[in-house]
Amino acid sequence: MSGKTLFDKVWDQHVISEIDNGPSVFYIDRHFIHEVTSPQAFDGLRKRNIRVFRPDQTVATADHNVPTIDQHLPIKDKLSRFQVQKLAENCEEFGIQLYGLGHQYQGIVHVIGPELGITQPGFTIVCGDSHTSTHGAFGAIAFGIGTSEVEQVLATQCVLQRKPKRMKIEVNGPLAKGVLSKDIILYIASKISTSGATGHFIEYTGSAIRALSMEARMTICNMSIEMGARGGMIAPDETTFEYIKGRKFAPKDAEWDQALEKWRQLYTDDDAEFDTSYQFDAADIVPMITYGTNPGMGIKITETVPDSPDNTKALEYMGLTPGELLLGKEVNHVFIGSCTNSRIEDLRLVASLVQGKQKADNVQAMVIPGSKQVEQQAKQEGLDKILEEAGFHLRQPGCSACLGMNEDKVPAGEYCVSTSNRNFEGRQGPGARTILASPLTAAATAITGRITDVRELI
Amino acid sequence: MEPLNIVRSTCVPLPAEHVDTDQIIPARFLKATTREGFGDNLFRDWRYHNDGTPKPSFVLNQTQFEGKILVAGKNFGCGSSREHAAWALYDYGFRVVVSSFFADIFRNNALNNGLLPIQLPEAYVQELLAAIERNPSLLAVVDLPQQEFKIEGGQAIKFDINPYKKSCLLQGFDDIDYLISQQDKILEYEQNKI
Repeated sequence: MSGKTLFDKVWDQHVISEIDNGPSVFYIDRHFIHEVTSPQAFDGLRKRNIRVFRPDQTVATADHNVPTIDQHLPIKDKLSRFQVQKLAENCEEFGIQLYGLGHQYQGIVHVIGPELGITQPGFTIVCGDSHTSTHGAFGAIAFGIGTSEVEQVLATQCVLQRKPKRMKIEVNGPLAKGVLSKDIILYIASKISTSGATGHFIEYTGSAIRALSMEARMTICNMSIEMGARGGMIAPDETTFEYIKGRKFAPKDAEWDQALEKWRQLYTDDDAEFDTSYQFDAADIVPMITYGTNPGMGIKITETVPDSPDNTKALEYMGLTPGELLLGKEVNHVFIGSCTNSRIEDLRLVASLVQGKQKADNVQAMVIPGSKQVEQQAKQEGLDKILEEAGFHLRQPGCSACLGMNEDKVPAGEYCVSTSNRNFEGRQGPGARTILASPLTAAATAITGRITDVRELI
Repeated sequence: MEPLNIVRSTCVPLPAEHVDTDQIIPARFLKATTREGFGDNLFRDWRYHNDGTPKPSFVLNQTQFEGKILVAGKNFGCGSSREHAAWALYDYGFRVVVSSFFADIFRNNALNNGLLPIQLPEAYVQELLAAIERNPSLLAVVDLPQQEFKIEGGQAIKFDINPYKKSCLLQGFDDIDYLISQQDKILEYEQNKI
């Protein structure tokens, strides 16, 4: 019998029972909720007249629909205000911990879980948000669910799930200067396409992945869904343990030692088998950008827009032509933020690049910290001053222009180089044209006002 | 959830591929706290100009096409996990979506709301799209008990569905009903968990 993958090990520990020819009853260790995909689930509980089964295993925050300025004032938009208020009422009624607007731990759900030490190796984690895959960076099985499933977890701490197939993506070798983990994942997505991992759970391995910080690993796992995967995970190692140690909800003292012992068992056995495997060489990866309307439509920043009949609709939307070089193209908006790239390391990278420089006059550059803690840390380190002096607008935490649910939107027809995860039509506002890139590429573009190869600036 | 058994209807063709849930229902319309009413904004930015006037070129604005069955290009429902996408399709009146490939989360969300995703071979879907374009009054029959799809008078093609999910749809049962019935096992699992 062959060995087990990391995914198999964690999966098998959480299956309570299996329906014949059907899904498994799958136990959930931690559940995150936010204002947009939870209200209908709470209504469902009320209709059935049931309580939340394990309120201590659910944590709430307001992120998708919150303004990123003047958060101390009531939310101006009536519907947004109502939705955020509804979350507070539901948490109060059902006894769930809420890190709401103004709380020192508020922030994007996939930023606060890890930084509070709630996210831990070997856990199963769900949230009504597809980027829940982020938490897989810690060796957790983490995936996005719909609102009906949010209700299932609230009611029973379980979801019904069918076991996905296993995919291995290995990246080996050192990364070149100016190349970030965002470039790795945009590169992988460009190779296997926006649907290439559908039905699979990915494990990322290889020396290039092992060398990454936890923040950088989160960026990779975050975008697993952009290839259609349910999630992606990375085996925990010393980097992981070092990150978790001492965080608010991390195990302490004797419990820490026990946890560590357990976590060290979380790796893929040498003789384990995957359904699908890919191998990439880090030497092939350079700064990446997207040209189309799904995250799989990426190119090396030095390449031209591919000529393919499949691209016609996307290029029409993007106002681009086949054979066009994007490098040097004027861009009026830069968005640095989202659950993909809004952590302290991202802000440090941006600040280090723009220090002593000035953004181009044609550019509006917005930096949205992922959480109150990131915002606080940035201020302590003086990053806020550096960004401000360079003409970047450091705002308050939230999902912001990644999905344009609040007032942070990109105007129709205009280009935005964005560190977020989706370049779908209208994602950043009706008619907005999104170009996905790393925080360094975004920062470099803000400085020159044109799509820029960051390697020329460092 | 409303039970679903046999659907006999004309079809609406949407040949676009990789239709993501941001297209099905853009994020700015996710502020409602109920499940109803999302159909008004289904495919909002493909269906309407910014000023709210309909775009005549979009299929939902073309009166010759209507029905309970949406036939779409491959990788339908990719992107965001928003169940609002399934609610919007259902609220608009669709009961079945046919495609050669569905994104995982959308497929689950659809099944949890009485909206049947039917996966058929790409070549078949392409022919079906062309046939609907030629003759918008073409009637299709979806027979869930038999797991068959056919154009009326034509050859039936089988489709796959998980037997558990099939019985849920036929009876209008939710997963949550099943999970609540498993409470003893869940408690036992928690007690034995190290």
